[in-house]
Amino acid sequence: MDNRSVKIKNLVKTYVDDRGRPTFTAVKDINLEINDGEFMVLVGPSGCGKSTTLRMVAGLEKITSGTIEIGDKVVNQVKPKDRGIAMVFQNYALYPHMTIYNNMAFGLKLAKKDKGFIQNSVSRAAKALGLEKMLDRKPQALSGGQRQRVALGRAIVREPKVFLFDEPLSNLDAKMRVQMRAEISRLHEQLDATMIYVTHDQIEAMTMGDRICVMRDGLIMQTADPLTLYRQPANVFVASFIGSPPMNLLRGTVQRGDGGLVFNEGAGPNSVKIPLRGEIATRAERYVDKPVYFGIRPEHLSNEAMDQMHVPLNSTVDIAEPMGSESLVYLQAGNGNMIARISGEHIFRHGDTANVYLNLSKAHLFDAETEEVIR
Amino acid sequence: MSVEIQTPSGEVKTTHPAADLPPAVEEADSTLPFLQWPAVGSLFLWMIVPLGMTIYFSFIRYNLMNPELTGFAKADNFKYLWEDPAFFPAILNTVILLGSVLVITVVVGVLLAVLYDHRFFGRNVATLLVIAPFFVMPTVSALVWKNMILHPVYGLIALALHSVGLPAIDWFGDHPMFSVILIVSWEWMPFAFLILFTSIKSLDLEQQEAASIDGATGMQMFFRITLPHLSRAIGVVVMIETIFLLSIFAEIYTTTSGGPGTATTNLAYLVYSLGLQQFDIGIASAGGLLAVILANVVAFFLVRLLSNNLKAAR
Repeated sequence: MDNRSVKIKNLVKTYVDDRGRPTFTAVKDINLEINDGEFMVLVGPSGCGKSTTLRMVAGLEKITSGTIEIGDKVVNQVKPKDRGIAMVFQNYALYPHMTIYNNMAFGLKLAKKDKGFIQNSVSRAAKALGLEKMLDRKPQALSGGQRQRVALGRAIVREPKVFLFDEPLSNLDAKMRVQMRAEISRLHEQLDATMIYVTHDQIEAMTMGDRICVMRDGLIMQTADPLTLYRQPANVFVASFIGSPPMNLLRGTVQRGDGGLVFNEGAGPNSVKIPLRGEIATRAERYVDKPVYFGIRPEHLSNEAMDQMHVPLNSTVDIAEPMGSESLVYLQAGNGNMIARISGEHIFRHGDTANVYLNLSKAHLFDAETEEVIR
Repeated sequence: MSVEIQTPSGEVKTTHPAADLPPAVEEADSTLPFLQWPAVGSLFLWMIVPLGMTIYFSFIRYNLMNPELTGFAKADNFKYLWEDPAFFPAILNTVILLGSVLVITVVVGVLLAVLYDHRFFGRNVATLLVIAPFFVMPTVSALVWKNMILHPVYGLIALALHSVGLPAIDWFGDHPMFSVILIVSWEWMPFAFLILFTSIKSLDLEQQEAASIDGATGMQMFFRITLPHLSRAIGVVVMIETIFLLSIFAEIYTTTSGGPGTATTNLAYLVYSLGLQQFDIGIASAGGLLAVILANVVAFFLVRLLSNNLKAAR
């Protein structure tokens, strides 16, 4: 079986204006390897260069410098149709004047494939996606979810080495999005193909990706599997981008107190002071009197102290959002707000003193200057 | 904003709230119809008075050279029109002029639209130049073509032909219809270009990208993506141009005066010739009535074609 990996080396994309002057660098020297059969998600806020990267892999965008290899072959100068890729677009990009059948068969027809072969592959793809009854219709007669399924079918019949998805679900309503998410994941299992998926939605990224590449401002912030991203974010950006509600981040300094190191949010009588124990204290050792971020996820604030790594936090309840099995509690702590995800059925009232504990073994410290995690 | 409706079959339908409201026009219709009467009435008069007069004139004896002779003429005016030696050439010329100009303007318009869809240096200025002929009055443009471009003595083409040692061509004498078609096409090409250019601008970029991934070459992209996308705009161009091209007059009057012989006499020019050169208002009215019927038949088919097109697209 041929190699379907994608290797991106020192990739740069600089846009130029009409007179050839550089205007904007969208992708700044990134390196990324996507393994054979892997589902790689590129995620980041808009303008981070994720779509540009994908479009360069597809061959729709010229590469300024660097190389892209698909299956050990440099494809910088190869036309899109010869790269062995198929792409699913955000706006479906179906051909409105063609029937669903012709939409899916278009690529094969242009490749002058045998008629029986075309019929065979289209009907197989249509069956897999539940589109058999719609083959004679035009795209206008279909709902958004069905249209995106046609776009998927058009990609499948090309039998590509690599599937490229450019925010394929962002035009669908919430319910359809969840359904299509599962469908694409199942498709990945069935076809066992390499897929690159661009999204700005971190939930999509977490639920679908084998690995996730978080980008910002044309740079890769971290590439890892979903759990690693969640557990060990490499920097403040990844920490705040992955997870919903986002990680609580407090800016302050590490200070040496009577009973060991303490994280101090800073001036003010109410500022948060957190005694550091165990592993996190060792990590903080080098940052005494230096500015750091203390980060902790809402789910690692609990209402009972399980062990001695749980330290109490002085706070009052601001707003609570009970959701049944758990509640999101917005706490007034120190100079700012923190969010806690408290499991169990509780009622919180505005102004109550909250009995919450921080699980220090799940907390992170970040260098406030470089925004990198302190290991 | 959209609303999700759960149907009994479990299917989710998304509808826009505005679509649920009854159309506002219907409501106004049922309550206060008489408020529309002035508008409808004035439009009706606007149309019916000239039409009624034309019909009336076409059935009476009415020759300005012989005003004594009046009275009901039965269908004689139509008979004389039919027997007029210029009648069939005029019909034929109308069709030739219409067809040629439509083909030329649409083909050139499409090609220019595709060209101008690409970025090139000075595109904005060039666009202005392409559109400019549309703003020149028909009489003026015909005179410019007649005296400055096609003239066998001091026309630009004669100059160009002389410079390579070829004899000048008397365009309006030897190729009268071709010359008229050339002038009218030059005038109407900007209109076709403008409509087609705006249409090509609305072609989804992702669609073109999807086609290029599917392996479409430039030609295949044009014939299988761009041209189908333009089909509705082409329909609009053909319809509107047809209505105007059926009544081309100024260009013929200023250049060839319908000649030589009847070589460039179209229906509109024939009506003018019958009424204001031969002073027979009766026969001219019969010709005018025929032109109205002809235009309506053409418009009927075109409107139906276009509305089917629009329905299919929805």
